[in-house]
Amino acid sequence: MLIHISTTDGVPIYLQIVNQIKYLVAAGRLAAGEELPPILVLADQLLINPNTVARAYRELEAGGIVEKRRTAGTYVSDQGSPLARRERLKILTDRIDALVAEALQMKITLSDVLKLVEQRHAALQPKPPLE
Amino acid sequence: MPDPFPSPSPPIIDVQRVTRQFGSKTALNDVSLTVPRGGVFGLIGGNGAGKTTLIKHILGLLKAQHGSVRVFGLDPVQNPVGTLGRIGYLSEDRDLPDWMRVGQLMSYTQAFFPNWDEKFAEELRDAFDLDARAFVKNLSRGQRARAGLLVALAHRPELLVLDEPSSGLDPVVRRDILGAIIRTIADEGRTVLFSSHLLDEVERVADRIAIIHEGRVLLTSSMDEIKDQHRRLTLRFEQSISEPPALVGTLSRAGQGAEWTYVCSGESRQLRSAAEALGATVVDDAALTLDEIFVSRIQN
Repeated sequence: MLIHISTTDGVPIYLQIVNQIKYLVAAGRLAAGEELPPILVLADQLLINPNTVARAYRELEAGGIVEKRRTAGTYVSDQGSPLARRERLKILTDRIDALVAEALQMKITLSDVLKLVEQRHAALQPKPPLE
Repeated sequence: MPDPFPSPSPPIIDVQRVTRQFGSKTALNDVSLTVPRGGVFGLIGGNGAGKTTLIKHILGLLKAQHGSVRVFGLDPVQNPVGTLGRIGYLSEDRDLPDWMRVGQLMSYTQAFFPNWDEKFAEELRDAFDLDARAFVKNLSRGQRARAGLLVALAHRPELLVLDEPSSGLDPVVRRDILGAIIRTIADEGRTVLFSSHLLDEVERVADRIAIIHEGRVLLTSSMDEIKDQHRRLTLRFEQSISEPPALVGTLSRAGQGAEWTYVCSGESRQLRSAAEALGATVVDDAALTLDEIFVSRIQN
């Protein structure tokens, strides 16, 4: 699982892990039912205190993104759950806040922003194969 | 979220009001420190702050002139066997017998520690790529640190004490050291105390830290708490000002014109209300790295 920790921007390490896992799940790179690395394995890989990984896993569990199973191990929860969908919407909301703030600063109107969103959405659609 | 500390068992290290002078210089001034069992404790401070002197007291290499030191509940000066026998120590200067070969160093150290695990020691030697026939005096700086780390780890000590383990070492050896710290505390009940001025490493692995400066403990805190309590706020005032107003808990201020950056200690919300009461808008509210927190506290 590709996670990168930075100690240069001040963001607490556990939070970096939480955010990156949320992102991986929302982006479909971590599938429902997939197991997360054991706490010690991830701690060793990232060279951080296992308590920090444990804290990140606890937060993800509280947010409904992952769940612990009786057979030990932590697994990505079923993405259909309303809690998980709320998390995904929250991630998007944060990104939209940043976008809106920047557009305001650059004096770009809301209707221009919306038009741009539609353009980019269209550009990212898979193209039909050429005959 | 429940705090993993304080742990229910008695502290592994309990230093109470230790003062130590060398001639006219006071190296430690009324220093108290408690290290709970389990977890990683980082001792941070600049050169000459007193970290090594404090560690030497913990190991019983120095006797407290005032105050007391207890390790595993025992006085390390009175009871070296009961204390040192359960400690793995890597000194700052990697004090090892130069004339020995690595293999001899291992056998020699093994004789002192009944818990020495020969198989584990061999695994470490292999992992650290140390030639058993090489003379200690011919080892590179990094290999010397690895050799010292090996003999500190091989008896699986309850307490691992590392004095500036990473200083002067390349990133590969530093990874070995951090890995060793993590794997040590992965075992229930084992504790690591390490001193360092490489704060990004401390930030990665320490559960609790103490800042030492000029022989005094400036603060002791869990890593979570110290990170939560320090923020950098950038305030935009309605007009240019030459002298930015004080905010309660400010450690430093910098900036120009209408925008000023405050490094503060205190909960973010309190700071924001204080800033808004001054008529300023908070345009940025960021966490600080341990490095930045340390520098701002020292400069105060």
